[in-house]
Amino acid sequence: MLELKNVKKTFNRGSVNEKQALNGVNLKLEPGDFVTVIGGNGAGKSTMLNMIAGVYPVDSGAVVIDGKNVTRQPDYKRAAYLGRVFQDPMMGTAADMEIEENLAMAYRRGKRRGLGWGILKQEKKTYHEALKMLDLGLEERMSSKVGLLSGGQRQALTLLMATLRQPKVLLLDEHTAALDPKTAAKVLELTQELIEKNHLTTLMITHNMKDAIRLGNRLIMMHEGTIIYDVKGEEKKRLKVPDLLAKFEEASQGEFANDRMLLS
Amino acid sequence: MGVITGILSSLPGALSQGVLWGIMALGVYITYKILDIADLTVDGSFALGASVCAVCIVGGMHPMLAILLAVVSGCIAGAVTGILHAVFDIPAILAGILTQLGLYSINLRVMGRSNTPLLKQETLVDKLAALLPKMSNSYTTLIIGVLAVVIVILVSYWFFGTEVGSEIRATGNNEAMVKALGGNTRFMKALGLSISNGLVALSGALVCQSQGYADVNSGQGAIVTGLAAIVIGNVLLGWGKSFGMKMISVIVGSVIYRIVIAVVMQAGWVDTSDTKLFSAILVAIALAVPVLIERYRNRPQVEA
Ligand SMILES: Nc1ncnc2c1ncn2[C@@H]1O[C@H](COP(=O)(O)OP(=O)(O)OP(=O)(O)O)[C@@H](O)[C@H]1O
Ligand SMILES: [Mg+2]
Repeated sequence: MLELKNVKKTFNRGSVNEKQALNGVNLKLEPGDFVTVIGGNGAGKSTMLNMIAGVYPVDSGAVVIDGKNVTRQPDYKRAAYLGRVFQDPMMGTAADMEIEENLAMAYRRGKRRGLGWGILKQEKKTYHEALKMLDLGLEERMSSKVGLLSGGQRQALTLLMATLRQPKVLLLDEHTAALDPKTAAKVLELTQELIEKNHLTTLMITHNMKDAIRLGNRLIMMHEGTIIYDVKGEEKKRLKVPDLLAKFEEASQGEFANDRMLLS
Repeated sequence: MGVITGILSSLPGALSQGVLWGIMALGVYITYKILDIADLTVDGSFALGASVCAVCIVGGMHPMLAILLAVVSGCIAGAVTGILHAVFDIPAILAGILTQLGLYSINLRVMGRSNTPLLKQETLVDKLAALLPKMSNSYTTLIIGVLAVVIVILVSYWFFGTEVGSEIRATGNNEAMVKALGGNTRFMKALGLSISNGLVALSGALVCQSQGYADVNSGQGAIVTGLAAIVIGNVLLGWGKSFGMKMISVIVGSVIYRIVIAVVMQAGWVDTSDTKLFSAILVAIALAVPVLIERYRNRPQVEA
């Protein structure tokens, strides 16, 4: 469903700030794979997702989505295949537009925009049903401006928008990190529900090791721009947090002490 | 007494000019409020609309067709700024200044001189005046202006409700989201700038026909006038949250602005040569006051 072939990316090449963010990443996701991604700060997790989404061009390597080589496509073209939720709840929705207007745009993801109405009557029913599933009462406020919603509500809405049109791959970048623990748990539960219901192929970055183990069928760990650990199925189910910490220590040696706090 | 009658007699003219310039302010609203871009093309595209319209009419074209061509020329000017900004990543303000500067020369080329009077040619205002012989020129102009405004507001209301229009609004709101949903934000920005300057040129063409001449300097300070209309409209009718209401508030703001200028001029408080300074101060105050109010509201609460 998704394949990364030896993807490399260096930022600020040739300057003092040169940073090799991805150092030859290879990854292949089968349809329905739900992969959690962990790794220390600066390991290249977000960069990997940005390469898939086409936010920046790759230096070398290839990105293949559903059999199509999209390496040279700009981000807005690849959006036809991808659902994205960002860490910042403000980034996924348009604050000055209504809830239903936001949903209507998500409903047209990857479609040509024309001069037809931005939102049709019969669509509103679909959105009403979809919002009901969030169980946040948003279905009664469909013409409220999104800016009036809380961070958690906005993130739940973004998640719904990302999956409204079945994406080939769903990309989640620490999408619950900015929420309070209770809200985060709720959004995570919703994430699981949506993924299961729609059988979505998913990449989810998280800093929570327990979630990384508990959720999904596969786990990868990144370090210094490469994937250093990749487990799935039964082996993943048997994982414990200490196992991951040990793996991490092995890879990072000295730096581990600093990262431990961030990962626990 | 003379002052009062002077003010009263200047009101119809201020009213009709306010409505015609209001269309320009609607163009500014599209870039400044919807796309969140300060577009300085406006001064040039206003004069472009006037120049193209005047030359076409002098050449014997029907005044309606002349307006149409003026709008097209404005759209092209806006698209140039749009391409400079959206495709080549030149900061919007600079892109607008570049186009504006270039337009000054282009407008001189279009007219072949700095001012084109419409002496014997029939304008829309003349055509309507012939139908309504008892009415003064200010009122015939007002009728044309109101008709034009109604059409512009209806078309804009429709357009910004379409898929493309929603996408333009969203681009001004949250670019990252639009891209993530497959929208081409560069195209949307260029399109928005183009439409905006088309409206500005329409306003320039109508003002040209109402005043009976086009001048290469007629657009000078137009952007400030447009902003003034937007902020005044927002102060007076800011409670109206719907898009239609916002557009109406811009027109009302433009009319009030013209009336204020007419009053201070008739009262002799400022000279003609001072109007630009007066406008600049008025807009600076109107932009600063909401910020101060907001800061005052958010001041640290000291316990009593
Ligand atoms: N746009 C950019 N310009 C320059 N450097 C960048 C850019 N984006 C990322 N980097 C650098 O690339 C490296 C990898 O960053 P990335 O954001 O992918 O890490 P991450 O694994 O997501 O970390 P975190 O857990 O902190 O989010 C970092 O050193 C970062 O500073
Ligand atoms: Mg990151």
